[in-house]
Amino acid sequence: MVDTKVKLTGWELDNPIIPASGTFGYGHEFAELYDINCLGTFSFKGTTRDPRFGNPTPRIAEASNGIINSVGLQNPGVDAVISNELPKLAKVFNKKVIANVSGFCVEDYVYTCSKLNDQEQIGIFEVNISCPNVHNGGMALGTSCVSAAQVTSAVKAVTDKPVYVKLSPNVTDVVEIAKACEDAGADGLCLINTLMGMRINLKTGKPIIANKVGGYSGPAVYPVALRMVYQVYDKVSIPIIGCGGVTCAAEVLEMMMAGATAVEVGAANLINPYVCRDIVEALPAEMEKYGISKLTDIIGGAH
Amino acid sequence: MKQGIFTIVQNELLAPSVYRMVLQGDTTGFTAPGQFADISIPGLYLRRPISLCDVTDDKLTFIYKVVGVGTDAMSTMDPGQELDLLTGLGNGFDMSRSGDKPVLIGGGVGVPPMYYLAKQLIAQGRQVSVILGFNTADEVFYSQEFADLGANVTVTTVDGSLGTKGYVTDALKDMDYSFFYACGPMPMFRAVEAVAETDGQYSFEQRMGCGFGACMGCSMETKRGPKRVCKEGPVMDREEIIW
Ligand SMILES: Cc1cc2nc3c(=O)[nH]c(=O)nc-3n(C[C@H](O)[C@H](O)[C@H](O)COP(=O)(O)OP(=O)(O)OC[C@H]3O[C@@H](n4cnc5c(N)ncnc54)[C@H](O)[C@@H]3O)c2cc1C
Ligand SMILES: Cc1cc2nc3c(=O)[nH]c(=O)nc-3n(C[C@H](O)[C@H](O)[C@H](O)COP(=O)(O)O)c2cc1C
Ligand code: FES
Repeated sequence: MVDTKVKLTGWELDNPIIPASGTFGYGHEFAELYDINCLGTFSFKGTTRDPRFGNPTPRIAEASNGIINSVGLQNPGVDAVISNELPKLAKVFNKKVIANVSGFCVEDYVYTCSKLNDQEQIGIFEVNISCPNVHNGGMALGTSCVSAAQVTSAVKAVTDKPVYVKLSPNVTDVVEIAKACEDAGADGLCLINTLMGMRINLKTGKPIIANKVGGYSGPAVYPVALRMVYQVYDKVSIPIIGCGGVTCAAEVLEMMMAGATAVEVGAANLINPYVCRDIVEALPAEMEKYGISKLTDIIGGAH
Repeated sequence: MKQGIFTIVQNELLAPSVYRMVLQGDTTGFTAPGQFADISIPGLYLRRPISLCDVTDDKLTFIYKVVGVGTDAMSTMDPGQELDLLTGLGNGFDMSRSGDKPVLIGGGVGVPPMYYLAKQLIAQGRQVSVILGFNTADEVFYSQEFADLGANVTVTTVDGSLGTKGYVTDALKDMDYSFFYACGPMPMFRAVEAVAETDGQYSFEQRMGCGFGACMGCSMETKRGPKRVCKEGPVMDREEIIW
């Protein structure tokens, strides 16, 4: 028997597999397909202070080995998440969940996290300062050390739950931002969010996505994510959730060797709705293949 | 929704760049006409949504037009090849609203989902009329198949080379019907909206990430709030649409 348990700031997960925010809704679509209690946990859709319809459509474009999305944080707003989504989730998921929170200014994050703070079902906050699909806030806050630190410390001040900050790859030096968040009190980091990208329709000569640009993710970005996790692990001492392009158990191990304590799976859920369950099932055999008996032993092993 | 592996048993040209693909496998994912499948195409990342044209105990029929890399790849596939499908996606048409004399309006590749709908409505004893709109006679497909079901078929062509000259609405104007179901391009929807005299349903298209409600890629504003075309759609009620 191999040991797949990992720990995120004191919170023990049965395994490190976490569906990433925005690709798993609030869990219901997948709970209809399989028992989602097999997951380590999952990160729910980026939630904001007010309900948002998001960006105009088309919001999706295909790209080689990946998807470009410009959903723009469509969500029912924090009040509806508390009154509808979490109670509904409790019926199908008996573990704690990661609350992915987004906003347009520091006060938005503070407002939303304060509201969610006393929800028992929430294990940790994942503060998304890296959404490329909204014009103010979102990624703008995550591309400077000063504003990244401001959001981190402001949220830390209003919650007693661990605060993980989700970083953008669309920066010159992700390590600097990561350190700024750690210094501001972040309990952990999640990287990466999507890379800015676009496609043009050859027939119309115009961008496919209504918002023109979007965030690129999927298998194509895996080496970029791996590299960033590797570089950040070297310079911080808080746990990292690795995310970007993961589709199989072998890549989970690789991401952990780079320095991730847990691993999020995003776009792959959209292509194969059973992928996270399949990875959870495949993980023990994949560990045995490499003589790994305890998963935590390999974290950062590549350094 | 169900995921399954299907085997191609037929893939043939019906009209210029329009093909019919018949697949064998577990068809129980489909529960209503107007639902769609999301087809995984080897080498391409996103699945391709295609409406259910017909379903039997062990076979699915789809009719698709070659418009890009994915549908082009589909057109070169041979019987025997296996495909990974998500089936039974979307809400489908609400047959309980049809009344006694529904009219089914299909424009171009909006025609296929009308076939299984017509079949089901006729099985329920409805008197079904079908209007099939195309640009020109060469493009016309399935008019005989609809007639064989027992539907009252009107074909319209923009150039008048077959059937009624003009648009589907030129045929709709003179018809007596209890409810309408429409699938086709947006300009056709606007034209139908301008002349239709009863309640009805439209089946929409949108670029999709997942096809089963997980990504919020396909959302649409309606008078009843935001809806996902892949989950609460693709079929929407006339009265909820914001034009
Ligand atoms: C619910 C639904 C039912 C459909 N039913 C049918 C059908 O029965 N027969 C048929 O011929 N076509 C149908 N379509 C349209 C069909 O999905 C597209 O023509 C097809 O995806 C094009 O893929 P491609 O790779 O050939 O084109 P490309 O342009 O190369 O595709 C690139 C990307 O854009 C997407 N895309 C392109 N055009 C459309 C479109 N019109 N709608 C949605 N996504 C699009 C593709 O899925 C792909 O992700 C339906 C679409 C939807 C949403
Ligand atoms: C359709 C879609 C919606 C997303 N929405 C969010 C979101 O609301 N909040 C967030 O932090 N990340 C969001 N992301 C980013 C993913 O959580 C993940 O960081 C990124 O896609 C990289 O992982 P992947 O390559 O496995 O998809 C979204 C990604 C996709 C594809
Ligand atoms: S395509 Fe993903 S929610 Fe509709």
